[in-house]
Amino acid sequence: MPPSPDTTPAGAAPKPRRVVVDPVTRIEGHLRIEAETDADNVITRASSSGTMVRGIEIIMKGRDPRDAWAFTQRFCGVCTVSNSVAAVRAVEYALGYPIPPNAEIIRNLMMATQFVHDHVVHFYHLHALDWVDILSALQADPAKTAKLQQSISPWPNNSTEYFAGVLAKLKGFAAGGQLGIFANGYWGHPEYKLPPEANLLAVSHYLEALAWQREIIKVHTIFGGKNPHPSFVVGGVPCTFTEAGGATGVSAQNLRLVADLIAQMQKFVNEVYVPDTLAIASFYKDWGTRGEGVGNFISYGEFPLGPDWNDPQQRLFPAGVILNRDLSKILPLDPEDPRQIQESVAHSWYDYSKGRQTPLHPYDGETVLRYTGPQPPYEFLDVDKSYSWIKSPRWRGQPMEAGPLARVLIAYAAGDKTVRGLVDHALQQLGLPVSALFSTLGRVAARTLETKLIADAMTGMYGALMGNIQQGQLETFNDILFDPKTWPKKARGVGLMEAPRGALAHWITIEDGKIANYQAVIPTTWNAGPRDANGREGPYEAALRGHKLHNPEQPLEILRTIHSFDPCLACAVHIIDPHGTELVQVKVQ
Amino acid sequence: MATEQAPPTVYHQLRAQGMSRRGFLQFCAYMTTLLALPASAAQDIEQALRTKPRPSVIWISIQECTGCSESLLRSFEPTLEGLILDQFSLDYHHVLQAAAGRAAEAAREAAIKKAWGKYVLIVDGGIPQGADGALSTTGGRAGIEILQTAAQGAALIVAVGTCAAYGGIPAAAPNPTEATGAAKALTELRDAGKVSAPVINVPGCPPVPEVMTGVIAYYLAYGKAPPLDDLLRPVPFFGRTVHDDCPRLPFYNKGLFARSFDDEGARQGHCLLELGCKGTVTFNACTVVKWNQGTGFPMKAGHGCLGCSQPGFWDRKGGFYAPIA
Repeated sequence: MPPSPDTTPAGAAPKPRRVVVDPVTRIEGHLRIEAETDADNVITRASSSGTMVRGIEIIMKGRDPRDAWAFTQRFCGVCTVSNSVAAVRAVEYALGYPIPPNAEIIRNLMMATQFVHDHVVHFYHLHALDWVDILSALQADPAKTAKLQQSISPWPNNSTEYFAGVLAKLKGFAAGGQLGIFANGYWGHPEYKLPPEANLLAVSHYLEALAWQREIIKVHTIFGGKNPHPSFVVGGVPCTFTEAGGATGVSAQNLRLVADLIAQMQKFVNEVYVPDTLAIASFYKDWGTRGEGVGNFISYGEFPLGPDWNDPQQRLFPAGVILNRDLSKILPLDPEDPRQIQESVAHSWYDYSKGRQTPLHPYDGETVLRYTGPQPPYEFLDVDKSYSWIKSPRWRGQPMEAGPLARVLIAYAAGDKTVRGLVDHALQQLGLPVSALFSTLGRVAARTLETKLIADAMTGMYGALMGNIQQGQLETFNDILFDPKTWPKKARGVGLMEAPRGALAHWITIEDGKIANYQAVIPTTWNAGPRDANGREGPYEAALRGHKLHNPEQPLEILRTIHSFDPCLACAVHIIDPHGTELVQVKVQ
Repeated sequence: MATEQAPPTVYHQLRAQGMSRRGFLQFCAYMTTLLALPASAAQDIEQALRTKPRPSVIWISIQECTGCSESLLRSFEPTLEGLILDQFSLDYHHVLQAAAGRAAEAAREAAIKKAWGKYVLIVDGGIPQGADGALSTTGGRAGIEILQTAAQGAALIVAVGTCAAYGGIPAAAPNPTEATGAAKALTELRDAGKVSAPVINVPGCPPVPEVMTGVIAYYLAYGKAPPLDDLLRPVPFFGRTVHDDCPRLPFYNKGLFARSFDDEGARQGHCLLELGCKGTVTFNACTVVKWNQGTGFPMKAGHGCLGCSQPGFWDRKGGFYAPIA
């Protein structure tokens, strides 16, 4: 016999008006949202909880720093490049290890592919179903869908027959009665505003994007051997250039395929992703005033463009901090200054030796697991105490939003002409003011627009690589410091990175050729962390406050705003004990 | 259980959605090749898909990085959209499913109830046994408890990825969360006869996507697990080392080894053993099926094999750049 549908949970007595969303699906990892609402179903306080921990940084202690990239890569299999690049950069920074320009360019091409892939998959496969009612698409008129497609872009799949085919497929699927991943969606919820033909258009592109994404990711396979989890190496990149016809290395034929894949990325982004975002956004302009969050933004800057690869000015996206929405000032940022970036564990399931109320800089970071939450199965967490495996990072005491919106705002504030042009054009098309960027909709739009910027920039990256090759510059690796015997007894450094989800940094301390301390502060740590010692909310929590839920049983509004951040929870949860003391036994209160 | 109208067969579904008969036969033939089955097996697969309804698949994630799900997204033949629309009903999968929170959990519970004894259970991520399950929860429930509940009604259990197979990275020393693999986490229930489904390990970090989908296709065709080795791995995919089919093997045989990344030897395609390649002791299909539609694998591009489908590969002495003895 099957078990009864659900075991009755133990834990705290039910409190009124607490909406729990757990699991938050269509994300990476284990995220739980508890939202308290008033009599009008308006969220008065939201609490964000990461509910899974692995302890990878404890595991890394004492290992070869050259292996770090493989361990940190497994923080997350979605942004599979980001934590690897941050790790090799941290080791290279600590050792003062120069790498060849080709290695910088190949890493750029792999990172850029990651951004384009990740953002498109996020939009169509993770986020779209918050805005697109898949069952409503069944009512669409394929001829009208074709007309809509033709009116927004030159994308070739635009005929009535094409959409009739997708519709038939969808109808066949629905008629089978097994809805699979689409079962139990909030279909028919009044917050879904798209007409049936726009829904059919989006469903078609959901399927097309599945096919497109497995194609374009081959850039990772060519340079890194596979995806997910391609190979990296401290000191450069592991691939070599070979004569045509070689069974190994990167051949001329492989490079032609890279050019073709870049073209496929650009075409899909320009003709499908950008026009779809604007078309869908035009039905949801009210989301341009909801879901702002903390109003502070951080970015480390990304895509070194050379010729001085270490010059922060020579990057596609600038670094800096914006406070309180003030676009007239970009504040400088130093990740090694102990007073700037600090992590609080006041509401997290960890202990600090100086007390849980004192935040620590990542170089001094320490963490000991201390689970004090309810024993599962539970119904509610005690959100006045500790309620998450995520810590709360702060910059000069302030919570910060990391991600595409932060990058775009900082570039916009810096006066970057391309970014200004893209943003202003999009706002004008939607008839929205600049202030609409500070919202759920703004976050979605910023992600789309930066994807275009990055995809377009790949042409230049590829051209630079081909230019080097034509001049006979084939070096991809520098072996000068690969042997740990050449290293100083002690070294430490930080690897900065912009991942698709935002500002990412790894702090490493190396002693006697081994990892003595490793600490990562990840974009989702910035965004999903709980309240700090001063009670200041993290970005998710601040963004949800004030949301009115049409139906608390179907919290679509919560999903919209949380998904607009593109959560990645496995990355966000990490622990390290830097002092070599034994990990304190994990105990349930 | 209440009888319901028989759901359409896989073949019915494929034809209804426009796949030609020829395309269907090609698919069956491809699966036969992929699984290294005799040519006659194409008929078995074809026959099975003609007559069997789409099985329910429940995918639960415990200590995952989502790399295994991402890998599934990269499957070329069969494609993910082909699988989820045509061949099986993916009734629970965190990363892709529309429903969230209570509605998502209800979907899993309903699928378990409806297909009790018949569904395929896929697990990714390690299973932490510490802190009474509080180290990985979903919907307030411990991951291990969700696994143990779902396993009891499964017809087949597939542990995808090295984490679900053997504990993987969370189980690397000092294993702070007491992580283990699915088969081990189910030992007591299996010994007590409460879990009768066979467990298949499909290791790899992540596994080659076509290996995951190939195992499911085999089950669709034969209603049972493919032949397994002593580590519960399907023999068709894990019978050879990646070294056996590596294009650098001729150089290994001649004693020609790259001594540094991008040295002259590396550029000539010499063997990567001295740079730490673990291919000689790693059983997987990377060099045969290859990654991303045959585009490559790590030793093709230029990095040694990490050995990621082997139990305990994270703790191998000397790390990833030490030559194996």
